[in-house]
Amino acid sequence: MDSTPVTASGLEPQSALSARMAAVEEARRATGADPRQPALDYPPYRSTALRHPTKDLHHADPEAVELFAPCFGERDVDPLEADLTLGGAGEPLGERTVVTGRVTDARGRPVRRQLVEVWQANAGGRYVHSGDRHPAPLDPNFTGAGRCLTDDDGYYRFQTVKPGPYPWRNHHNAWRPAHIHFSLFGTEFSQRLVTQMYFPGDQLLALDPILASVTDPRGRAMLVAAYDHGVTTHEWATGYRWDIVLGGAHGTPLEDGEGDRA
Amino acid sequence: MSTAPREEPPTRTTPGQTVGPFFHYALPYDGDRDLVPPGSAGAVRLGGRVTDGAGEAVRDALVEVWQAGPDGAVPRETGSLRRDGWTFTGFGRTCTGRDGRYWFSTLEPGPDRPGAAAFFALTVFARGLTDRLFTRAYLPDDTAALAADPLLASLPAGRRATLVARRDGRGPVFDIRLQGEGETVFLDLSGRRAP
Ligand SMILES: [Fe+2]
Repeated sequence: MDSTPVTASGLEPQSALSARMAAVEEARRATGADPRQPALDYPPYRSTALRHPTKDLHHADPEAVELFAPCFGERDVDPLEADLTLGGAGEPLGERTVVTGRVTDARGRPVRRQLVEVWQANAGGRYVHSGDRHPAPLDPNFTGAGRCLTDDDGYYRFQTVKPGPYPWRNHHNAWRPAHIHFSLFGTEFSQRLVTQMYFPGDQLLALDPILASVTDPRGRAMLVAAYDHGVTTHEWATGYRWDIVLGGAHGTPLEDGEGDRA
Repeated sequence: MSTAPREEPPTRTTPGQTVGPFFHYALPYDGDRDLVPPGSAGAVRLGGRVTDGAGEAVRDALVEVWQAGPDGAVPRETGSLRRDGWTFTGFGRTCTGRDGRYWFSTLEPGPDRPGAAAFFALTVFARGLTDRLFTRAYLPDDTAALAADPLLASLPAGRRATLVARRDGRGPVFDIRLQGEGETVFLDLSGRRAP
């Protein structure tokens, strides 16, 4: 009846999951849904089953409060919070890395002085979280949470160590590609974004149903940082560049003659 | 028309990804859910339960509120992450517990113009939710304003009620049903109507 090969864990093998990921991507291309945004109903990522809304999002014209976002400032964030390698008695294990980039809106305008939050696993692929039962070592010198404000040109910058991949139980032999979780605010409520940044060249990217919930390859490419030798520093840290474009109510590209003073 | 060269606008925005199960040591912070100190003058409890398509508690959701003050004005004050106990910043964040419940200590928003319906803007994140969801929790009292609200008017009667809070003795109660019976209306605020 079911030709799915049996795995030692009893979970679906990667080959079957990958075939389903490809089929959903193909099917979604035909629906007219915006493939650049993740599919809320995405069966290959099993936890979506009971958590995705079944009704379409309902269009609403933003009201006053939704045309603004919360303000954060110097009182909110200590500049040292942008360095995830601090906080322990010694240096954390792993590849010291700088991740930096620019946050803009869809018209290319910088998002200035706004909050960016990050969290990640340590170099061994373990989170400082009671729910993480992956038997990789915790690092006493690494917590993996940071914050900063973007500068006047929209740039953020974190110093950290490269996170490791980690296993999860979505399917048999499931491994999340190395990633850093990002949380961002724009200048209006609807620009709120929580996402994940990935590293280039990772062979796990093509196998990951969370990344694949974005069913457009160009959308997925926007989640992968670029190695940047100009960010890499002599005898200190490797460097990656990752720019972020926030959508929102005013995130549609310009019409001619509109927004001249932007 | 400006003569200055204009930067080509990027055609794509960065996609969202699930908040995952491991945000609890990073996103919550001291005082996150207390927009005003509990028990202070005018403080109410905005709370409710987040449930999934089986009606089960969603234990690992993150809920954020963003709102006007009682005068209807949108706060422009910093300090949400390091509250001073006196400044109303309009932003709060909280995690659901094992029972799926969340709550904030806050002030009730006023309408931004006479006759408008006042609401809390809410954002919901969770493992298994591939992108954040936006919704509104309207205050239930001003029935004329609710009847005149453009969003509520655009909804079928059966779904309208999902956006209107009820009251218990402590303040507005707003349950969030991600899926199924009584599914909450979630919003597309992007300014584009679906084709
Ligand atoms: Fe993760």
